[in-house]
Amino acid sequence: MTPIGAVDAFAGRHRYHLLEALPWLAAVATYFVFPDYLALGAQILATILFALSADLVLGYAGIVTLGHAAFFGAGAYMAGILAAHGWGEPITGLFAGAAAAALLGFLSGLVVLRTTGLALLMQTLVVATMVAEAANKASFITGGDDGLQGMVVWPVFGWFRFDLFGHTAYFYCLTVLFLCWLAARHIVHSPFGRSLTGIRENVRRMHAIGAPVARRRLVIYTISAGLAGISGALIAQTTQFVSLSFLSLERSGTVLIMLIIGGVGQLYGAFIGVPLYMVAQNRFSEIDPVYWYFWIGLLMVVVVVFARGGVLGLFDRFRR
Amino acid sequence: MNSPALETLGLQKSFGALTVANAVDFRLDRGARHALIGPNGAGKTTFVELVTGALRPNAGQIRLGGVDVTQLVQAERVKRGLVRTFQITALFCRLSILENVTLAICERQGIAGGLVRPSGHHRAAIEEAHALLERLGLEDEALRPVNTLAYGRQRLVEIAVSLALSPKVLLLDEPAAGVPSSESGRIIEIIERLPADIALLIIEHDMDLVFRLAQRITVMVQGSILVEGPPETIAADPEVRRVYLGERASA
Repeated sequence: MTPIGAVDAFAGRHRYHLLEALPWLAAVATYFVFPDYLALGAQILATILFALSADLVLGYAGIVTLGHAAFFGAGAYMAGILAAHGWGEPITGLFAGAAAAALLGFLSGLVVLRTTGLALLMQTLVVATMVAEAANKASFITGGDDGLQGMVVWPVFGWFRFDLFGHTAYFYCLTVLFLCWLAARHIVHSPFGRSLTGIRENVRRMHAIGAPVARRRLVIYTISAGLAGISGALIAQTTQFVSLSFLSLERSGTVLIMLIIGGVGQLYGAFIGVPLYMVAQNRFSEIDPVYWYFWIGLLMVVVVVFARGGVLGLFDRFRR
Repeated sequence: MNSPALETLGLQKSFGALTVANAVDFRLDRGARHALIGPNGAGKTTFVELVTGALRPNAGQIRLGGVDVTQLVQAERVKRGLVRTFQITALFCRLSILENVTLAICERQGIAGGLVRPSGHHRAAIEEAHALLERLGLEDEALRPVNTLAYGRQRLVEIAVSLALSPKVLLLDEPAAGVPSSESGRIIEIIERLPADIALLIIEHDMDLVFRLAQRITVMVQGSILVEGPPETIAADPEVRRVYLGERASA
């Protein structure tokens, strides 16, 4: 390769690739091919955003977290409580959910990001548990164990009513996911995003080249929390219900599993892992209502044994 | 302007009962070619960690170009031109060589925190990184991940990343450690060709390399400076021969 070629190839990595249209074509096609599954489809799209937000911290900055549901839940409760108390406008609800989650991410990040590795993992877990318990105690506003009742979400732009079949929900989630993906993609390809991969690969070296590592980690943690909040708000608005399970450890863990199945740190793992997991869960639980978790577990074992790096990792291997 | 490039005054560091730096007074002149030697466990790498700010001293002062930097965090010292390489290669292993160097250049230029423009639009930084790779003869492998390179090449990338930061003071921690002698020549050559205004401190075990590069040598033993002087004096010093050179020769 000629020298100029290397510089050009390197400088052009942020350009759009034809393959990147694939998830969006698939999403639009799904609308027409599976019109009976739009409610599930909307959930999948919103959960992809959740996994995408987790990918930004785990896959790019190397921050291993078991507490991401705290931000997901914070966004969901924020949007949900607004809608239950007379403000059902969805777009502002999303922004409010994002802001609440980002604030929580920023404040908790100030504390937990002082550590790394296992200690960090435990602290994210602690934060999520505390938030879940706080939501449980504050049942006068969150509904506690019964969940948040009485959400009324207004039509999108005052026009598109959320219908029983999920037509509006599907395109609402798809549009929001698309915009957030554009933002995430932009972040990943910015100098800031590149420096995150440096932090993931070698923190000591990042310090040695003079990078303000703590600040960078806090920034991406806050952004990621905000995106997770939007994801939670989306699900709250489209299902018109929020429960404590939104904040659960299981949800924090599940999103990591979905991400790992798809592939970590490549921005597209969420787009593969989440549909795969959620469709499998849907199918398995229909076929085998008692032991469906076993089959999910088996899927996970297969991925870990045969497809390290997830499904995307498999593609990479075949390309070589 | 007569203040030394780097100076430590009474630098002290202990881990419990173990003193790893004992009242170290050290002076690195501007443009110096200085070597720091000593047996294993003498505290050489600890000294580097203290100077760069990776470790905090218990007492003493570190001055960079006459300015006290003891309280500054590592990143601030790097911005003032204090740069190190690592004894055990510490690079962004799965990223390409070009990325390794570009990351460093972006940090130096203060554009690395940017969220607005894609990194590919900072073409000047990428071209500078590429030019640096050409200088070190690494341009053919620019897009290869570092972990696919031979170890000797990785050591060159280690140097390339540090040069990308435009150092005024460069601490080379065993730059040729673990490199087969067939390849170490290339590394020595590059160190010899470094700009004369960079003050160079080489921590090294390889005596051939030390005596070839250094105009001044400091010998460290058990956290203290044993003796310092030009290479001839050091080579002739009976105490040094006893604790260090002799040991090596008989090993």
